[in-house]
Amino acid sequence: MKRFIGFVLKEFRHILRDRRTMLILFGLPVAQLIIFGYVVTNELRDISVAVVDLSRDEATAAITDKVFSSGYFILDAWYPATVDVEALFRQGDIKQVIVFGEDFAGRLQRGETADVQLLADASDANTANLVVNYTSGIIYSYLESRGAQGSMPTALVPLSHMEFNPSLMGVFMFVPGTMALILMLVSAMMTSISIAREKELGTMETLLASPLKPLQIILGKVAPYVALSIINAITIILLGYFVFGVPVKGSVVLLLAECTLFIMLALSLGIFISTISTSQQMAMFISMFALMLPTLLLSGFIFPIENMPAILQWLSYVMPPRWFIVVIKNIMIKGTGFAYVWKETLVMAGMMTLFIVLSLKNFKIRLA
Amino acid sequence: MMPGDKRDIIVVEDLVKRFGSFVANDHLNFRVSRGEIFGFLGANGAGKTTAIRILCGLSKPTSGKVLVAGQDVGTRPEKVKRSIGYMSQRFSLYEDLTVTENIRFYAGIYGLGPALIRERTAALLHRLELEHAADKLISSLPLGWKQKLAFSLAIFHEPAIVFLDEPTGGVDPVTRRQFWDLIYDAASKGITVFVTTHYMDEAEYCDRVCIMVDGRIEALGSPEELKARMGAADMDEVFVKLARKAIPRTEQV
Repeated sequence: MKRFIGFVLKEFRHILRDRRTMLILFGLPVAQLIIFGYVVTNELRDISVAVVDLSRDEATAAITDKVFSSGYFILDAWYPATVDVEALFRQGDIKQVIVFGEDFAGRLQRGETADVQLLADASDANTANLVVNYTSGIIYSYLESRGAQGSMPTALVPLSHMEFNPSLMGVFMFVPGTMALILMLVSAMMTSISIAREKELGTMETLLASPLKPLQIILGKVAPYVALSIINAITIILLGYFVFGVPVKGSVVLLLAECTLFIMLALSLGIFISTISTSQQMAMFISMFALMLPTLLLSGFIFPIENMPAILQWLSYVMPPRWFIVVIKNIMIKGTGFAYVWKETLVMAGMMTLFIVLSLKNFKIRLA
Repeated sequence: MMPGDKRDIIVVEDLVKRFGSFVANDHLNFRVSRGEIFGFLGANGAGKTTAIRILCGLSKPTSGKVLVAGQDVGTRPEKVKRSIGYMSQRFSLYEDLTVTENIRFYAGIYGLGPALIRERTAALLHRLELEHAADKLISSLPLGWKQKLAFSLAIFHEPAIVFLDEPTGGVDPVTRRQFWDLIYDAASKGITVFVTTHYMDEAEYCDRVCIMVDGRIEALGSPEELKARMGAADMDEVFVKLARKAIPRTEQV
């Protein structure tokens, strides 16, 4: 154990002495959160929508028809009576619920205020905003077409409510994304580079010729990064909370536990990369192209996965951050419990095991 | 020498190492006695590094028996690792750590206690006349000093054997001579020295040498014996004669 502590101390020295490493570790999370916090672009396609129709008449049927023939939305569920909308959202697929009030067509006919409510899952604020705007647009155009037919002028006010994120903060989406990116960068890239460095400098040979066991060497190399990654995760959560007002609605313990799992996953990926690369340069390039870009582009961080071509959607399933982002969004913004994220958790645990097994295999081959 | 002689600290019998179809070590047989300076000579790619890595437990032999300090390297590499020191071609010091930090780190992974480390560090810095540089980063030291420090660290835990893989690469003749003084010093304390090199003049400094050509041992004996046997004036000539003999075989490949 004493040997191990000595090893970890040495590893910390390497990190603290390298100014570039320190900058990546502590400057990057802040810069990234601020930059991504203000980048917003989105487009809609095939968004799952539920309809609660309390009046079930020709007007609501016509609107429903128009909404779902637009190509933007898919009818996911239809209810003739009030339902627990929040529960619908928590299941995760449904992004919007359209609620028609009672006697919709009748009120419209009589010139009274007819009620239609648009509820959107705004944990992804961007999408929610677009969803509501598109739907309102469709409803207005329906009313206009009715007006042209010579009906009574109508007073219809779509009432929208942004579930989970009432003020539509885009940054809500970017806190989980940044977290995934930073943890990936720190854990996977930095570990793979630091292990590759020992190989490149030849010090790995000396370590392997010492009484230290290979497992101790690897654990000693990753231990500091586990600590630093957890500090980073907490920094991002605090920064999100105090600077951008992003809440942590769910359990903080669960949130940190999931972060730790993701860190372990990223570390095992980093170790795997280091077993296949012979130099720091190579480790860096593999990390960059195999981790950073996919994390940015394919994890649903910047571009919604549902808008991607099928092949990229499939590809996104093998991206660890994709699962992590879903989990973090659910816990932080929707406040859901473990019951709603166990599938994603299981996927991440499975990926971690896979990379550990692959690394061990590679390591053995190298020794043989 | 009798088989299983207590004085043999390294016993290698029929060691074969293959990488795919390439045979890096072709049926090596040799023994090294305790306290000996044993030179492992050969051109680049002759299989020296492969053999030394196997002896240190860094690589597994394809077949054959390898005993180091009485333990089988193939089956119990951990036992072997406790009784050896290893210095690789690239010196293996951490450039971004200071001299003392490097010493403390390496001593620590061999399980030395803090008091012992302090005592030996002071003695080491004094012997190498490096006291003024104790808190300097390794990156600021000249190559010769790094090399001496790397060697001193390889024997810091007082191993039974130290393996040196081309320790004098890239340094000037004067520094090389000084380095060999350190090696003699270690040998006089009873540490067996196993050294690979491709400098033939260094072969003269060894008690016995083993010359490898294309993965095989072509000659084994004291420098005097080999020179007499080959009718050569110096080790360089011995090596050239042996290597020339091997050329037709390489060209067939």
